[in-house]
Amino acid sequence: MLYATSEQAYSRVAVFGGVYANHRALRAAIEDARLRGAEAIFCLGDLGAFGPSPNRVFPLLIESGVHSIRGNYDESISRGLEDCQCGYTDPRDNHFARLSYRYTFANTSQRWRDWMGRLPAGRRIRLGSSRLLMSHGSPRRTNEFLWESTTPSHFLEKLCDDHDADVILATHTGIPWARRLSGDRLFANVGAIGRPANDGSPAVCYAMLWADGGAVDVESIPLHYDHEALAMEMKAERLPEEFIETILTGWWTTCNEILPMKERRRGRY
Amino acid sequence: MPGKTPLPVMPARQLQPSVPLVALDYLWFQVAGTVCNLRCAHCFISCAPDNHNFWFLDLETVRNYLEQSKAWGVKEYYFTGGEPFMNRDLLPMLEEALFLGPASVLTNGTLLPEKTVRRLAEIDASSGFSLELRVSIDGPTAESNDAIRGTGCFDRAMEGIQRLVAHGLMPILTAAQLWDPAQDLEVLDQFTDALRKVGYDRPRIKILPTLRLGREAARTRGYSDGELVTRAMMEGYEVTQLLCSTGRVVSDRGVHVCPILLEEPDALLGATLEEADRPHTLSSRACYTCWLHGAICTNYGGIGQEL
Repeated sequence: MLYATSEQAYSRVAVFGGVYANHRALRAAIEDARLRGAEAIFCLGDLGAFGPSPNRVFPLLIESGVHSIRGNYDESISRGLEDCQCGYTDPRDNHFARLSYRYTFANTSQRWRDWMGRLPAGRRIRLGSSRLLMSHGSPRRTNEFLWESTTPSHFLEKLCDDHDADVILATHTGIPWARRLSGDRLFANVGAIGRPANDGSPAVCYAMLWADGGAVDVESIPLHYDHEALAMEMKAERLPEEFIETILTGWWTTCNEILPMKERRRGRY
Repeated sequence: MPGKTPLPVMPARQLQPSVPLVALDYLWFQVAGTVCNLRCAHCFISCAPDNHNFWFLDLETVRNYLEQSKAWGVKEYYFTGGEPFMNRDLLPMLEEALFLGPASVLTNGTLLPEKTVRRLAEIDASSGFSLELRVSIDGPTAESNDAIRGTGCFDRAMEGIQRLVAHGLMPILTAAQLWDPAQDLEVLDQFTDALRKVGYDRPRIKILPTLRLGREAARTRGYSDGELVTRAMMEGYEVTQLLCSTGRVVSDRGVHVCPILLEEPDALLGATLEEADRPHTLSSRACYTCWLHGAICTNYGGIGQEL
């Protein structure tokens, strides 16, 4: 994987993933992260999909100085691939993934496709004295799903060893979780700001990370934004009712078949 | 042309591609060997009550490999057979596996009395990792299923699913595609209805291709000469779609390349995970099925249908 590397050492950063064209949550996340003292804001990719009018998120990201990496969706859209490479296997899930992909592809300008194509696949920064590695799915595969209930600690330890990192961040699944590893190392899935976390709340979430002694601490920040206004925009764009329901209720209505048993059981559908 | 040396003829095997172990993500345990309480007509390793070709794994052996698996960064553990619930140590094995990571059991669902299911629910509740139960049912009606799996099996497996669901578990009904693929959606609907009838309102279903080995080769046909993975077919192919690049299976004889090729002589790679860390040549025609559908053994692969 091609990483962007920064030698600058930070002490407090905000990280989110899965924007999914939700420009309202994106704006709210940037404002909230600044209020909470983030020195820099990072995005782990998947800028389009699911939400309305994908072109709106790019100027926001650029004007606000958000450092982004490329997700599987961004790679697909920028390269004009046939599908989103989300890794779904169920026919109904694929049906909705395809609707969403076609809409996003048709509504993303060439300018922003090119821009996404130039994003790095990963990023390394220093947070205090810790080496932090940002990825979309995982450092080894852009569309790897790292769910809490299917990711052993020894697997994460090996990822840290293999990739010379003290902290590894990922997104791609849309549900946040974190686990402390040996030697104060850390893995965190930062969740998504574009879609609620299948928990019955319309709030979305991002992660705040800060240096604490020789280690890094993380907090998942729930973020309320004007989700009803987003739902209206989605309606106007004639996006599927199923997607709008998720924005309004916080429950996933599609793409559930990829969930492991424990994450599936916590949802409604 | 006089004097020209004829080109050497390569043995067929050398023309087959070789697949390295990219990462050991999936560790399988052949916990019941080839011993099963059923004798399904399509079983690719011909499991049966009297097939003792491969024998049960004991708890100590499983524990030993679980310990080894940590250094390899194994992501998921799978328990198969034969019928895993015929192994009296399956439940403690699952408990120990779920202490480390997610575990899946591939079962025919006919050996799930209340007591076993209650214990499974307790084991599930005691771990943060997912316990997946894949229950094999090959037709949406007693008639279609029992023709393959034996009289009474549909009702018994559905009762098993009902008990799992009643205890809060969410089994994955796993069906071999024994029908005309054009009927996929219709069959999926029938499965969904059958599952809802036993109280499973969010049914999970996985469809698998059949494998033309063992009893299935006799029931329908074996692989034809053309059904072979060639080097050209691997160009531009995502190699991690093949289980042999990301998994290994432990039997009472040692470590094999994958659960499908258990009986193939060149599939036994060694006694330890280290010894099994070497490339495998796709010399079996069953590799063609895996190549065609990709990741057929793991929980989230399977045959995807277009809506």
